[in-house]
Amino acid sequence: MKVLVPVKRVIDPNVRPRVKADGSGVDLANIKMAMNPFCEIAVEEAVRMKEKGVVTEIVLVSIGPAQAQETIRIGLAMGGDRGILVQTDVAVEPLAVAKILAKIVEAEQPGLVITGKQAIDDDANQTGQMLAALLGWPQGAFASAVAMDGEKLKVTREVDGGLQTVSLSLPAVVTTDLRLNEPRFASLPNIMKAKKKPIETKSPADYGVDVTPRLTVVKVAEPKKREAGEKVADVDALIAKLKSVGAI
Amino acid sequence: MAVLVLAEHNNAALNDATAKTVAAAQAFGGDIDVLVAGHNAKAAADAAAKLAGVRKVIHVEGEAFSHALAEAVEALVVPMMSGYDAFFAPATTTGKNVAPRIAAKLDVMQISEITKVVDTSTFERPIYAGNAIMTVKSADAKKVVTVRATAFQAAAGAGSASVESAAAPAGPFKATFVSEELQKSDRPELASAKRVVSGGRALASAEQFDQYILPLADKLGAGVGASRAAVDAGYAPNDFQVGQTGKVVAPELYIAIGISGAIQHLAGMKDSKIIVAINKDEEAPIFQIADYALVGDLFKIVPELTSKL
Ligand SMILES: Cc1cc2nc3c(=O)[nH]c(=O)nc-3n(C[C@H](O)[C@H](O)[C@H](O)COP(=O)(O)OP(=O)(O)OC[C@H]3O[C@@H](n4cnc5c(N)ncnc54)[C@H](O)[C@@H]3O)c2cc1C
Ligand SMILES: Cc1cc2nc3c(=O)[nH]c(=O)nc-3n(C[C@H](O)[C@H](O)[C@H](O)COP(=O)(O)OP(=O)(O)OC[C@H]3O[C@@H](n4cnc5c(N)ncnc54)[C@H](O)[C@@H]3O)c2cc1C
Repeated sequence: MKVLVPVKRVIDPNVRPRVKADGSGVDLANIKMAMNPFCEIAVEEAVRMKEKGVVTEIVLVSIGPAQAQETIRIGLAMGGDRGILVQTDVAVEPLAVAKILAKIVEAEQPGLVITGKQAIDDDANQTGQMLAALLGWPQGAFASAVAMDGEKLKVTREVDGGLQTVSLSLPAVVTTDLRLNEPRFASLPNIMKAKKKPIETKSPADYGVDVTPRLTVVKVAEPKKREAGEKVADVDALIAKLKSVGAI
Repeated sequence: MAVLVLAEHNNAALNDATAKTVAAAQAFGGDIDVLVAGHNAKAAADAAAKLAGVRKVIHVEGEAFSHALAEAVEALVVPMMSGYDAFFAPATTTGKNVAPRIAAKLDVMQISEITKVVDTSTFERPIYAGNAIMTVKSADAKKVVTVRATAFQAAAGAGSASVESAAAPAGPFKATFVSEELQKSDRPELASAKRVVSGGRALASAEQFDQYILPLADKLGAGVGASRAAVDAGYAPNDFQVGQTGKVVAPELYIAIGISGAIQHLAGMKDSKIIVAINKDEEAPIFQIADYALVGDLFKIVPELTSKL
């Protein structure tokens, strides 16, 4: 079975984002970027399925600027086989990303698509579910365990009350949650090998997808600042304070 | 104008997030209908009819709805949307699972986890783990929105909406429910608890998490939360995780114990009314947002606090 893994280039999760003074967005100039952590988990899961012999080929896709190629290279170094970069400098919304991915699925015919549950920049948590709907496929969103069960895929999902397990007919879309696996670090030899793996460059127009945004950003602002309060000396002082403000 | 609100429920009872989503829909305006799709869910439908501001409740019965399978809910809602201008769902794991499918089918760009309705096409939502608040305007004819429950207050008063039944879409669906493991607890539900006690990596084991965090929570009648580090290490179950990629809470009182205060954690709790942090490191970032900071060893402080309350 072939697996498609979309990977997104985002701000490094260890960097604190700053809002631009003009309110037009978040300042990403000279900011360290990385693969979205949930996408790393998606790549890792695909690689593990390949190691188990369930998966034969892993195709990585990124939709974004030329530098998104670096993100694909990281995934190739982790064990992906080849990449597709859909290059664009516009910020592509999840709906358009899902439409492009649907066209790639049509061409590549994978048995499974594994996406991250959310990208840590826009926090939309939409793309995988949208893709599943556009394809008419079932989905296992927020997965913490994935296993083949005969012809079906069994997915355990992290839900508000605990865990839920569903059985999906294939092809299907899975979106990853944090506990699915711990992604490996790419080793130096694998990083070197990944340089030789093929990456095809395309444009959204090649897929006939209109990526014009449906949403316009009116402004991006700093959230309300919360001031540090006071230090309390001991438990008695804490209890007294909490009583004085009616919190207990 | 009319809004369809997806109810979050467990068939027997409505989840709090439903009333708050109705409140967000009221801010949007127009007639509000609440969809209760479930299995033996009459009790939940009757509860929805009592929410203030609701025109009618649409009650749909079907086995596929007993666990809100996304594929089934999509098949149900998409045809219904010809009669509505907007679809609102709570940003719970159920809402997040279902709403994007409906948006994609309607060819609409979903607006995720709104914290404010500015007007009928403009919404505020947090991005970058709450480090920025984006105001977005949608050009789509219909709006598909998920609602961050903690940002809205349920409308006061009681309603008496009519309850109508509607037919379930024919299956089979390509996904089927297998099983679930839900946390059973008499404690208040984390997402809507008035008080929350959360433990972090410093608890160092599941046994100590239970031994130190739970008695304090019980003394306070609080819900229990955890940092991702504590969940990843197996000290607490996954549904305890508070943060950017877990649950968002905004209780009256939040007590963070042995939690450093990474931005991803703060994203899930910094709108709490009063924050108490207990940490042995006086430089811990959590202290930058805490109202009351107690520096010291949690293994000494927490038992003392529990016994003195
Ligand atoms: C006007 C406007 C301006 C914007 N400006 C910026 C900006 O300057 N910088 C910025 O970072 N964002 C910007 N955004 C947001 C950006 O468009 C979103 O991040 C993007 O639409 C996807 O949302 P998401 O990643 O939160 O999706 P999610 O649904 O949270 O993503 C889930 C998963 O889908 C897959 N996925 C999502 N997007 C891609 C992709 N492009 N390629 C491959 N896989 C993908 C990944 O597997 C990911 O883990 C802007 C948006 C708008 C509307
Ligand atoms: C993609 C992504 C998503 C994430 N999502 C989330 C999320 O939703 N929620 C979340 O919480 N995190 C999330 N994280 C993880 C986050 O970055 C931090 O790693 C995590 O919150 C740290 O947990 P912690 O504070 O318990 O552990 P640590 O950072 O290790 O902090 C432990 C603290 O305990 C203190 N301590 C130690 N011993 C004692 C003692 N005896 N008494 C008192 N204090 C003591 C230490 O001083 C320290 O401050 C995410 C990370 C990524 C990359």
